[in-house]
Amino acid sequence: MSQYLPLLGIVVIVLGFALRFNPMLVVPAAALTTGLLAGFDPLEVIGKLGKAFNDARIIIIPYVVLPVIGLLERYGLQQRARAVITKFRAATVGRLLILYLLYRQIISAIGLHSTAGHPQTVRPLVAPMAVAAAERQVELDDAGRDRIKAYAAATDNVGLFFGEDIFFAIGSIVLIQQTLEHYGISLSPLHLALWAIPTAIAAFLIHSSRLLLLDRKLGGR
Amino acid sequence: MITAQHIFYLVGALFGAWAILSALDRTNPKRFGNAAFWGLIALSLIAGQWIGDLANGCLVLALAALASLKLLGRGAPLTSEAEQEASGQRYGNKLFLPIVVVLLTAVLGTLLYLYTPLRETGLLEKNRETFILLCLGVLLALALIFTWLRPPALAPLQEGRRLIDAVGWAAILPLMLASLGLVLADTGVGTTIGGLLQAAIPPRTVLPAVVVYGVGMALFTILTGNAFAAFPVMATAIGVPLLIQSYGGNAAVIGAVGMLAGFCGTLMTPMAANFNLVPAALLELKDDYGVIKVQIATAIPLLLVNILIIYVAGFKL
Repeated sequence: MSQYLPLLGIVVIVLGFALRFNPMLVVPAAALTTGLLAGFDPLEVIGKLGKAFNDARIIIIPYVVLPVIGLLERYGLQQRARAVITKFRAATVGRLLILYLLYRQIISAIGLHSTAGHPQTVRPLVAPMAVAAAERQVELDDAGRDRIKAYAAATDNVGLFFGEDIFFAIGSIVLIQQTLEHYGISLSPLHLALWAIPTAIAAFLIHSSRLLLLDRKLGGR
Repeated sequence: MITAQHIFYLVGALFGAWAILSALDRTNPKRFGNAAFWGLIALSLIAGQWIGDLANGCLVLALAALASLKLLGRGAPLTSEAEQEASGQRYGNKLFLPIVVVLLTAVLGTLLYLYTPLRETGLLEKNRETFILLCLGVLLALALIFTWLRPPALAPLQEGRRLIDAVGWAAILPLMLASLGLVLADTGVGTTIGGLLQAAIPPRTVLPAVVVYGVGMALFTILTGNAFAAFPVMATAIGVPLLIQSYGGNAAVIGAVGMLAGFCGTLMTPMAANFNLVPAALLELKDDYGVIKVQIATAIPLLLVNILIIYVAGFKL
Protein backbone atom coordinates (compact mmCIF):
# COMPACT_ATOMS: atom_id res chain seq x y z
CA MET A 1 0.00 0.00 0.00
CA SER A 2 2.82 2.40 0.92
CA GLN A 3 3.97 2.65 -2.69
CA TYR A 4 0.68 4.44 -3.44
CA LEU A 5 1.28 7.17 -0.79
CA PRO A 6 3.49 9.35 -3.06
CA LEU A 7 0.52 9.57 -5.42
CA LEU A 8 -0.80 12.16 -2.95
CA GLY A 9 1.53 14.55 -4.78
CA ILE A 10 -0.90 14.27 -7.69
CA VAL A 11 -3.74 15.09 -5.29
CA VAL A 12 -1.83 18.23 -4.23
CA ILE A 13 -1.63 19.27 -7.87
CA VAL A 14 -5.33 18.73 -8.49
CA LEU A 15 -6.41 20.49 -5.29
CA GLY A 16 -3.90 23.30 -5.73
CA PHE A 17 -5.18 24.10 -9.18
CA ALA A 18 -8.83 23.54 -8.28
CA LEU A 19 -8.40 26.09 -5.48
CA ARG A 20 -6.61 28.45 -7.93
CA PHE A 21 -3.26 28.66 -6.14
CA ASN A 22 -0.27 29.97 -8.12
CA PRO A 23 1.21 27.07 -10.17
CA MET A 24 4.68 28.18 -9.02
CA LEU A 25 3.56 27.28 -5.49
CA VAL A 26 1.59 24.14 -6.37
CA VAL A 27 4.31 22.48 -8.45
CA PRO A 28 7.15 22.53 -5.87
CA ALA A 29 4.63 21.68 -3.12
CA ALA A 30 3.55 18.63 -5.09
CA ALA A 31 7.19 17.64 -5.63
CA LEU A 32 7.96 17.99 -1.90
CA THR A 33 4.85 16.02 -0.91
CA THR A 34 5.71 13.23 -3.30
CA GLY A 35 9.34 13.11 -2.20
CA LEU A 36 8.62 13.14 1.55
CA LEU A 37 5.93 10.46 1.26
CA ALA A 38 8.34 8.33 -0.76
CA GLY A 39 10.56 8.33 2.34
CA PHE A 40 13.28 10.77 1.29
CA ASP A 41 14.45 13.33 3.85
CA PRO A 42 13.54 16.99 3.15
CA LEU A 43 17.05 18.10 2.15
CA GLU A 44 17.32 15.16 -0.22
CA VAL A 45 14.04 16.14 -1.92
CA ILE A 46 15.16 19.76 -2.27
CA GLY A 47 18.41 18.46 -3.75
CA LYS A 48 16.48 16.33 -6.25
CA LEU A 49 14.35 19.30 -7.24
CA GLY A 50 17.51 21.34 -7.71
CA LYS A 51 19.26 18.67 -9.74
CA ALA A 52 16.23 18.19 -12.02
CA PHE A 53 15.91 21.96 -12.50
CA ASN A 54 19.61 22.29 -13.24
CA ASP A 55 19.58 19.40 -15.72
CA ALA A 56 16.64 20.96 -17.60
CA ARG A 57 18.10 24.48 -17.96
CA ILE A 58 18.42 24.19 -21.73
CA ILE A 59 14.63 24.85 -21.85
CA ILE A 60 15.36 28.52 -20.98
CA ILE A 61 17.71 29.07 -23.94
CA PRO A 62 15.07 30.05 -26.57
CA TYR A 63 14.39 33.26 -24.57
CA VAL A 64 17.65 34.47 -26.10
CA VAL A 65 15.58 35.75 -29.07
CA LEU A 66 13.61 38.24 -26.92
CA PRO A 67 16.06 41.15 -27.38
CA VAL A 68 15.74 40.82 -31.18
CA ILE A 69 11.94 40.56 -31.14
CA GLY A 70 11.59 43.32 -28.54
CA LEU A 71 13.86 45.61 -30.51
CA LEU A 72 11.92 45.00 -33.73
CA GLU A 73 8.63 45.63 -31.93
CA ARG A 74 10.05 49.00 -30.90
CA TYR A 75 10.35 49.73 -34.62
CA GLY A 76 6.79 48.55 -35.33
CA LEU A 77 7.07 44.80 -36.01
CA GLN A 78 3.69 43.97 -34.46
CA GLN A 79 1.99 46.67 -36.51
CA ARG A 80 3.55 45.22 -39.67
CA ALA A 81 2.47 41.71 -38.66
CA ARG A 82 -1.07 42.99 -38.10
CA ALA A 83 -1.06 44.74 -41.46
CA VAL A 84 -0.07 41.44 -43.07
CA ILE A 85 -2.89 39.55 -41.27
CA THR A 86 -5.44 42.22 -42.09
CA LYS A 87 -4.80 41.68 -45.79
CA PHE A 88 -6.24 38.18 -45.32
CA ARG A 89 -9.47 39.61 -43.93
CA ALA A 90 -12.08 37.03 -44.96
CA ALA A 91 -15.81 37.38 -45.29
CA THR A 92 -16.88 34.94 -42.55
CA VAL A 93 -15.76 34.19 -39.00
CA GLY A 94 -14.94 30.60 -39.99
CA ARG A 95 -12.71 31.58 -42.90
CA LEU A 96 -11.07 34.34 -40.86
CA LEU A 97 -10.21 31.95 -38.04
CA ILE A 98 -9.00 29.27 -40.49
CA LEU A 99 -6.57 31.80 -41.93
CA TYR A 100 -5.46 32.76 -38.43
CA LEU A 101 -5.06 29.07 -37.56
CA LEU A 102 -2.82 28.59 -40.59
CA TYR A 103 -0.84 31.74 -39.78
CA ARG A 104 -0.46 30.70 -36.12
CA GLN A 105 0.71 27.20 -37.06
CA ILE A 106 3.22 28.53 -39.58
CA ILE A 107 4.76 31.21 -37.36
CA SER A 108 4.95 28.71 -34.50
CA ALA A 109 6.56 26.13 -36.77
CA ILE A 110 9.32 28.57 -37.70
CA GLY A 111 10.00 29.52 -34.09
CA LEU A 112 8.06 32.80 -34.03
CA HIS A 113 5.44 31.38 -31.64
CA SER A 114 5.90 34.24 -29.18
CA THR A 115 5.08 36.89 -31.79
CA ALA A 116 1.39 36.03 -31.41
CA GLY A 117 -0.78 34.95 -28.49
CA HIS A 118 -3.80 35.90 -26.43
CA PRO A 119 -2.54 39.29 -25.26
CA GLN A 120 -0.58 40.16 -28.40
CA THR A 121 -2.96 39.17 -31.21
CA VAL A 122 -6.23 37.63 -29.96
CA ARG A 123 -7.53 40.38 -27.69
CA PRO A 124 -6.63 43.40 -29.84
CA LEU A 125 -7.12 41.84 -33.27
CA VAL A 126 -8.48 38.35 -33.87
CA ALA A 127 -11.35 38.37 -31.36
CA PRO A 128 -12.77 41.75 -32.46
CA MET A 129 -12.40 40.83 -36.14
CA ALA A 130 -14.07 37.46 -35.53
CA VAL A 131 -16.97 39.04 -33.65
CA ALA A 132 -17.37 41.68 -36.36
CA ALA A 133 -17.41 39.00 -39.08
CA ALA A 134 -19.92 36.86 -37.15
CA GLU A 135 -22.19 39.85 -36.57
CA ARG A 136 -22.41 40.35 -40.32
CA GLN A 137 -23.64 36.74 -40.59
CA VAL A 138 -26.16 36.70 -37.76
CA GLU A 139 -27.39 38.82 -34.88
CA LEU A 140 -25.50 37.92 -31.67
CA ASP A 141 -26.43 38.23 -27.99
CA ASP A 142 -23.76 38.46 -25.26
CA ALA A 143 -23.48 34.69 -24.92
CA GLY A 144 -23.09 34.37 -28.69
CA ARG A 145 -20.35 36.99 -28.74
CA ASP A 146 -18.58 35.20 -25.86
CA ARG A 147 -18.69 31.98 -27.85
CA ILE A 148 -17.08 33.61 -30.90
CA LYS A 149 -14.38 35.12 -28.69
CA ALA A 150 -13.80 31.70 -27.12
CA TYR A 151 -13.38 30.25 -30.63
CA ALA A 152 -10.77 32.94 -31.35
CA ALA A 153 -8.80 32.07 -28.18
CA ALA A 154 -9.15 28.32 -28.86
CA THR A 155 -7.90 28.75 -32.43
CA ASP A 156 -4.78 30.46 -31.10
CA ASN A 157 -4.13 27.54 -28.72
CA VAL A 158 -4.66 24.88 -31.39
CA GLY A 159 -2.40 26.74 -33.84
CA LEU A 160 0.31 27.19 -31.22
CA PHE A 161 0.26 23.65 -29.77
CA PHE A 162 0.24 21.89 -33.11
CA GLY A 163 2.65 24.22 -34.85
CA GLU A 164 5.40 24.82 -32.31
CA ASP A 165 6.74 21.27 -32.16
CA ILE A 166 7.72 21.48 -35.83
CA PHE A 167 10.29 24.04 -34.68
CA PHE A 168 13.06 21.84 -33.36
CA ALA A 169 14.57 24.34 -30.92
CA ILE A 170 11.40 24.40 -28.80
CA GLY A 171 11.34 23.31 -25.14
CA SER A 172 9.10 20.27 -25.60
CA ILE A 173 11.32 18.77 -28.31
CA VAL A 174 14.30 19.21 -25.99
CA LEU A 175 12.40 17.59 -23.13
CA ILE A 176 11.57 14.57 -25.30
CA GLN A 177 15.20 14.33 -26.39
CA GLN A 178 16.48 14.64 -22.80
CA THR A 179 14.04 12.07 -21.43
CA LEU A 180 14.82 9.47 -24.10
CA GLU A 181 18.56 10.13 -23.83
CA HIS A 182 18.25 9.18 -20.14
CA TYR A 183 17.44 5.66 -21.44
CA GLY A 184 20.29 5.66 -23.94
CA ILE A 185 18.06 6.47 -26.93
CA SER A 186 19.79 9.23 -28.90
CA LEU A 187 17.67 11.27 -31.34
CA SER A 188 18.28 14.56 -33.14
CA PRO A 189 15.77 17.39 -32.46
CA LEU A 190 15.19 17.68 -36.21
CA HIS A 191 14.10 14.03 -36.43
CA LEU A 192 11.61 14.52 -33.58
CA ALA A 193 10.28 17.77 -35.06
CA LEU A 194 9.63 16.00 -38.37
CA TRP A 195 7.14 13.70 -36.63
CA ALA A 196 5.14 16.71 -35.41
CA ILE A 197 4.05 17.39 -39.01
CA PRO A 198 1.33 14.70 -39.46
CA THR A 199 -0.42 15.82 -36.25
CA ALA A 200 -0.12 19.47 -37.33
CA ILE A 201 -1.96 18.64 -40.56
CA ALA A 202 -4.63 16.64 -38.69
CA ALA A 203 -5.12 19.48 -36.20
CA PHE A 204 -5.58 21.93 -39.07
CA LEU A 205 -8.15 19.69 -40.80
CA ILE A 206 -10.16 18.91 -37.64
CA HIS A 207 -10.26 22.45 -36.28
CA SER A 208 -10.96 23.96 -39.73
CA SER A 209 -13.91 21.61 -40.22
CA ARG A 210 -15.31 22.80 -36.91
CA LEU A 211 -14.87 26.42 -37.97
CA LEU A 212 -16.69 25.73 -41.25
CA LEU A 213 -19.47 24.05 -39.26
CA LEU A 214 -19.62 27.19 -37.11
CA ASP A 215 -20.09 29.22 -40.29
CA ARG A 216 -22.88 26.92 -41.40
CA LYS A 217 -24.56 27.18 -38.00
CA LEU A 218 -24.37 30.97 -38.09
CA GLY A 219 -25.82 30.97 -41.59
CA GLY A 220 -25.84 34.22 -43.53
CA ARG A 221 -23.70 34.32 -46.62
CA MET B 1 34.47 23.18 -29.04
CA ILE B 2 31.46 25.38 -28.34
CA THR B 3 29.26 23.63 -25.78
CA ALA B 4 25.93 24.12 -24.02
CA GLN B 5 27.91 25.67 -21.16
CA HIS B 6 28.97 28.58 -23.39
CA ILE B 7 25.38 29.43 -24.29
CA PHE B 8 24.39 29.09 -20.61
CA TYR B 9 26.98 31.82 -19.91
CA LEU B 10 25.58 33.99 -22.71
CA VAL B 11 21.93 33.63 -21.72
CA GLY B 12 22.90 33.83 -18.03
CA ALA B 13 24.56 37.18 -18.75
CA LEU B 14 21.35 38.29 -20.51
CA PHE B 15 19.21 37.40 -17.46
CA GLY B 16 21.83 39.08 -15.24
CA ALA B 17 21.50 42.26 -17.29
CA TRP B 18 17.70 42.03 -16.99
CA ALA B 19 18.09 41.71 -13.20
CA ILE B 20 20.26 44.85 -12.99
CA LEU B 21 18.00 46.88 -15.31
CA SER B 22 14.95 45.71 -13.32
CA ALA B 23 16.51 46.93 -10.08
CA LEU B 24 17.07 50.35 -11.71
CA ASP B 25 13.54 50.61 -13.17
CA ARG B 26 11.61 53.03 -10.96
CA THR B 27 8.45 52.66 -13.07
CA ASN B 28 8.06 49.11 -11.72
CA PRO B 29 6.71 49.15 -8.14
CA LYS B 30 8.03 45.62 -7.62
CA ARG B 31 11.42 46.20 -9.24
CA PHE B 32 13.45 44.34 -6.60
CA GLY B 33 11.22 41.28 -6.93
CA ASN B 34 11.91 41.17 -10.66
CA ALA B 35 15.61 41.82 -10.04
CA ALA B 36 15.80 38.90 -7.60
CA PHE B 37 13.84 36.55 -9.89
CA TRP B 38 15.85 37.19 -13.07
CA GLY B 39 19.05 37.33 -10.99
CA LEU B 40 18.44 33.84 -9.57
CA ILE B 41 17.85 32.48 -13.08
CA ALA B 42 21.13 34.13 -14.15
CA LEU B 43 22.85 32.46 -11.21
CA SER B 44 21.36 29.09 -12.16
CA LEU B 45 22.51 29.42 -15.78
CA ILE B 46 26.02 30.63 -14.98
CA ALA B 47 26.87 28.64 -11.85
CA GLY B 48 24.25 25.87 -11.65
CA GLN B 49 26.77 23.12 -12.35
CA TRP B 50 29.09 24.12 -9.47
CA ILE B 51 26.84 25.11 -6.57
CA GLY B 52 25.54 21.59 -5.93
CA ASP B 53 22.08 20.02 -5.84
CA LEU B 54 21.01 21.44 -2.49
CA ALA B 55 21.88 25.05 -3.41
CA ASN B 56 20.08 24.57 -6.74
CA GLY B 57 17.07 23.24 -4.84
CA CYS B 58 17.06 26.28 -2.56
CA LEU B 59 17.25 28.44 -5.68
CA VAL B 60 14.16 26.68 -7.06
CA LEU B 61 12.29 27.23 -3.78
CA ALA B 62 13.33 30.91 -3.76
CA LEU B 63 11.99 31.35 -7.33
CA ALA B 64 8.75 29.64 -6.28
CA ALA B 65 8.46 31.92 -3.23
CA LEU B 66 9.05 35.10 -5.27
CA ALA B 67 6.38 34.07 -7.78
CA SER B 68 3.76 32.79 -5.34
CA LEU B 69 4.11 35.81 -3.05
CA LYS B 70 3.35 37.94 -6.14
CA LEU B 71 6.63 39.85 -5.91
CA LEU B 72 6.98 40.26 -9.70
CA GLY B 73 5.73 43.34 -11.54
CA ARG B 74 6.14 45.10 -14.89
CA GLY B 75 7.73 48.38 -15.86
CA ALA B 76 6.20 50.98 -18.19
CA PRO B 77 6.42 50.32 -21.94
CA LEU B 78 9.30 52.10 -23.63
CA THR B 79 7.72 53.25 -26.91
CA SER B 80 4.09 54.15 -27.57
CA GLU B 81 1.87 52.23 -30.02
CA ALA B 82 1.63 55.38 -32.17
CA GLU B 83 5.42 55.67 -32.47
CA GLN B 84 5.63 51.96 -33.36
CA GLU B 85 2.89 52.36 -35.95
CA ALA B 86 4.70 55.28 -37.62
CA SER B 87 8.01 53.44 -37.50
CA GLY B 88 6.45 50.25 -38.87
CA GLN B 89 5.14 52.14 -41.88
CA ARG B 90 8.52 53.74 -42.40
CA TYR B 91 10.53 50.52 -42.40
CA GLY B 92 7.84 48.26 -43.90
CA ASN B 93 8.25 44.52 -44.33
CA LYS B 94 12.05 44.84 -44.11
CA LEU B 95 11.44 44.70 -40.36
CA PHE B 96 10.99 40.94 -40.76
CA LEU B 97 14.54 40.61 -42.11
CA PRO B 98 16.43 40.31 -38.78
CA ILE B 99 14.01 37.56 -37.68
CA VAL B 100 14.68 35.78 -40.95
CA VAL B 101 18.42 36.06 -40.17
CA VAL B 102 17.90 34.38 -36.77
CA LEU B 103 15.82 31.58 -38.29
CA LEU B 104 18.04 30.97 -41.30
CA THR B 105 21.11 30.84 -39.08
CA ALA B 106 19.43 28.29 -36.81
CA VAL B 107 17.70 26.20 -39.50
CA LEU B 108 20.17 26.30 -42.40
CA GLY B 109 23.11 26.39 -39.99
CA THR B 110 21.94 23.18 -38.32
CA LEU B 111 21.29 21.46 -41.64
CA LEU B 112 24.63 22.62 -43.05
CA TYR B 113 26.52 21.52 -39.96
CA LEU B 114 24.85 18.12 -39.59
CA TYR B 115 24.83 17.06 -43.24
CA THR B 116 28.23 18.25 -44.50
CA PRO B 117 31.83 17.41 -43.48
CA LEU B 118 31.63 20.43 -41.15
CA ARG B 119 30.33 17.95 -38.61
CA GLU B 120 33.72 16.22 -38.53
CA THR B 121 35.33 19.40 -37.19
CA GLY B 122 33.49 18.73 -33.89
CA LEU B 123 33.13 22.49 -33.46
CA LEU B 124 29.69 22.29 -31.82
CA GLU B 125 28.54 20.04 -28.97
CA LYS B 126 26.52 17.09 -30.23
CA ASN B 127 22.71 17.57 -30.12
CA ARG B 128 23.20 21.16 -28.97
CA GLU B 129 23.97 22.51 -32.47
CA THR B 130 20.60 24.23 -32.95
CA PHE B 131 20.76 26.09 -29.64
CA ILE B 132 24.28 27.28 -30.30
CA LEU B 133 23.33 28.42 -33.81
CA LEU B 134 20.17 30.09 -32.48
CA CYS B 135 22.36 32.19 -30.19
CA LEU B 136 24.70 32.94 -33.08
CA GLY B 137 21.68 34.00 -35.19
CA VAL B 138 20.57 36.36 -32.43
CA LEU B 139 24.03 37.96 -32.31
CA LEU B 140 24.05 38.35 -36.13
CA ALA B 141 20.55 39.85 -36.13
CA LEU B 142 21.52 42.31 -33.40
CA ALA B 143 24.59 43.32 -35.41
CA LEU B 144 22.34 43.87 -38.44
CA ILE B 145 19.83 45.93 -36.45
CA PHE B 146 22.57 48.08 -34.92
CA THR B 147 24.13 48.83 -38.32
CA TRP B 148 20.75 49.55 -39.93
CA LEU B 149 18.57 51.23 -37.30
CA ARG B 150 21.20 52.47 -34.80
CA PRO B 151 19.09 51.98 -31.63
CA PRO B 152 20.42 53.17 -28.23
CA ALA B 153 23.00 50.72 -26.83
CA LEU B 154 20.75 49.38 -24.06
CA ALA B 155 17.66 49.08 -26.28
CA PRO B 156 17.88 45.31 -27.01
CA LEU B 157 18.24 44.55 -23.29
CA GLN B 158 15.44 46.93 -22.30
CA GLU B 159 13.05 45.76 -25.02
CA GLY B 160 13.88 42.13 -24.23
CA ARG B 161 13.18 42.88 -20.58
CA ARG B 162 9.77 44.30 -21.50
CA LEU B 163 8.92 40.93 -23.09
CA ILE B 164 10.37 38.73 -20.34
CA ASP B 165 8.49 40.83 -17.74
CA ALA B 166 5.28 40.24 -19.71
CA VAL B 167 5.93 36.49 -19.62
CA GLY B 168 6.82 36.74 -15.92
CA TRP B 169 7.17 33.62 -13.76
CA ALA B 170 5.47 31.56 -16.49
CA ALA B 171 8.87 31.75 -18.22
CA ILE B 172 10.21 29.01 -15.98
CA LEU B 173 6.98 27.13 -15.24
CA PRO B 174 7.80 24.55 -17.97
CA LEU B 175 11.15 24.02 -16.22
CA MET B 176 9.42 23.58 -12.86
CA LEU B 177 7.04 21.07 -14.39
CA ALA B 178 9.90 19.19 -16.05
CA SER B 179 11.54 19.03 -12.61
CA LEU B 180 8.33 17.79 -11.04
CA GLY B 181 8.09 15.11 -13.72
CA LEU B 182 11.62 13.92 -13.00
CA VAL B 183 10.98 13.97 -9.23
CA LEU B 184 7.79 11.97 -9.75
CA ALA B 185 9.81 9.49 -11.80
CA ASP B 186 12.66 9.36 -9.23
CA THR B 187 10.31 8.69 -6.32
CA GLY B 188 8.68 5.82 -8.15
CA VAL B 189 5.37 7.55 -8.91
CA GLY B 190 5.98 6.98 -12.59
CA THR B 191 6.64 3.29 -11.88
CA THR B 192 3.54 3.07 -9.66
CA ILE B 193 1.29 4.68 -12.26
CA GLY B 194 3.09 2.70 -14.91
CA GLY B 195 2.43 -0.49 -12.93
CA LEU B 196 -1.25 0.37 -12.62
CA LEU B 197 -1.45 1.17 -16.33
CA GLN B 198 0.66 -1.81 -17.41
CA ALA B 199 -1.64 -4.08 -15.41
CA ALA B 200 -4.44 -2.82 -17.63
CA ILE B 201 -2.56 -3.76 -20.80
CA PRO B 202 -2.83 -7.34 -22.12
CA PRO B 203 0.69 -8.76 -22.62
CA ARG B 204 2.34 -8.85 -26.05
CA THR B 205 -0.30 -6.74 -27.76
CA VAL B 206 0.83 -3.47 -29.32
CA LEU B 207 -2.42 -1.63 -29.95
CA PRO B 208 -3.76 -1.58 -26.36
CA ALA B 209 -0.35 -0.41 -25.13
CA VAL B 210 -0.40 2.42 -27.70
CA VAL B 211 -3.92 3.40 -26.63
CA VAL B 212 -3.00 3.44 -22.93
CA TYR B 213 0.15 5.47 -23.73
CA GLY B 214 -1.77 8.09 -25.76
CA VAL B 215 -4.78 8.33 -23.46
CA GLY B 216 -2.45 8.24 -20.43
CA MET B 217 -0.48 11.20 -21.82
CA ALA B 218 -3.72 13.17 -22.24
CA LEU B 219 -5.14 12.21 -18.82
CA PHE B 220 -1.90 12.87 -16.94
CA THR B 221 -1.65 16.21 -18.73
CA ILE B 222 -5.20 17.05 -17.67
CA LEU B 223 -4.18 16.28 -14.06
CA THR B 224 -0.93 18.24 -14.08
CA GLY B 225 -1.82 20.96 -16.58
CA ASN B 226 1.27 20.43 -18.69
CA ALA B 227 2.38 17.71 -21.06
CA PHE B 228 5.95 18.45 -19.91
CA ALA B 229 5.17 16.85 -16.55
CA ALA B 230 3.29 13.96 -18.14
CA PHE B 231 5.91 13.01 -20.70
CA PRO B 232 8.72 11.74 -18.43
CA VAL B 233 6.16 9.72 -16.44
CA MET B 234 4.49 8.10 -19.43
CA ALA B 235 7.80 7.56 -21.22
CA THR B 236 9.17 5.80 -18.13
CA ALA B 237 6.03 3.76 -17.59
CA ILE B 238 5.07 2.67 -21.10
CA GLY B 239 6.81 4.57 -23.90
CA VAL B 240 10.36 3.34 -23.33
CA PRO B 241 10.01 -0.11 -21.67
CA LEU B 242 7.02 -1.39 -23.65
CA LEU B 243 6.63 0.50 -26.91
CA ILE B 244 10.30 1.13 -27.75
CA GLN B 245 12.27 -1.62 -25.98
CA SER B 246 9.85 -4.59 -26.01
CA TYR B 247 7.87 -3.95 -29.19
CA GLY B 248 10.62 -2.18 -31.16
CA GLY B 249 8.54 0.89 -32.08
CA ASN B 250 10.03 3.97 -33.78
CA ALA B 251 11.40 6.08 -30.87
CA ALA B 252 11.03 9.43 -32.69
CA VAL B 253 7.33 8.80 -33.45
CA ILE B 254 6.60 7.56 -29.92
CA GLY B 255 8.37 10.56 -28.37
CA ALA B 256 7.09 13.32 -30.64
CA VAL B 257 3.50 12.17 -31.16
CA GLY B 258 3.20 11.06 -27.53
CA MET B 259 3.94 14.63 -26.49
CA LEU B 260 1.31 15.88 -28.97
CA ALA B 261 -1.25 13.47 -27.48
CA GLY B 262 -0.46 15.23 -24.21
CA PHE B 263 -1.13 18.61 -25.86
CA CYS B 264 -4.68 17.36 -26.60
CA GLY B 265 -5.03 17.05 -22.82
CA THR B 266 -3.73 20.62 -22.38
CA LEU B 267 -6.68 21.85 -24.46
CA MET B 268 -9.11 20.26 -21.98
CA THR B 269 -7.79 21.28 -18.55
CA PRO B 270 -8.26 24.37 -16.37
CA MET B 271 -4.88 23.50 -14.90
CA ALA B 272 -3.21 24.83 -18.03
CA ALA B 273 -4.22 28.21 -16.67
CA ASN B 274 -2.08 30.36 -18.94
CA PHE B 275 -3.66 28.87 -22.09
CA ASN B 276 -7.24 28.27 -20.97
CA LEU B 277 -8.19 30.51 -18.04
CA VAL B 278 -6.05 33.60 -18.67
CA PRO B 279 -7.54 34.25 -22.15
CA ALA B 280 -11.07 33.79 -20.78
CA ALA B 281 -10.29 36.59 -18.32
CA LEU B 282 -8.47 38.64 -20.93
CA LEU B 283 -11.45 38.47 -23.32
CA GLU B 284 -13.86 39.11 -20.44
CA LEU B 285 -15.89 35.94 -21.01
CA LYS B 286 -18.64 35.29 -18.46
CA ASP B 287 -17.73 31.61 -18.30
CA ASP B 288 -14.18 30.89 -17.04
CA TYR B 289 -14.30 27.56 -18.87
CA GLY B 290 -15.64 29.04 -22.12
CA VAL B 291 -12.37 28.46 -24.00
CA ILE B 292 -12.02 24.86 -22.76
CA LYS B 293 -15.61 24.06 -23.78
CA VAL B 294 -14.89 25.15 -27.34
CA GLN B 295 -11.62 23.19 -27.43
CA ILE B 296 -12.90 19.77 -26.31
CA ALA B 297 -14.47 18.89 -29.68
CA THR B 298 -11.11 19.51 -31.39
CA ALA B 299 -9.03 17.81 -28.70
CA ILE B 300 -10.81 14.42 -28.58
CA PRO B 301 -10.78 13.59 -32.33
CA LEU B 302 -7.20 14.84 -32.53
CA LEU B 303 -6.21 12.55 -29.65
CA LEU B 304 -7.64 9.61 -31.59
CA VAL B 305 -5.68 10.66 -34.68
CA ASN B 306 -2.48 10.87 -32.61
CA ILE B 307 -3.00 7.36 -31.26
CA LEU B 308 -3.53 6.15 -34.81
CA ILE B 309 -0.33 7.91 -35.98
CA ILE B 310 1.70 6.31 -33.17
CA TYR B 311 0.29 2.89 -34.08
CA VAL B 312 0.73 3.16 -37.85
CA ALA B 313 3.93 5.22 -38.14
CA GLY B 314 5.52 3.77 -35.02
CA PHE B 315 4.92 0.09 -35.75
CA LYS B 316 3.61 -0.51 -39.26
CA LEU B 317 5.88 1.66 -41.43
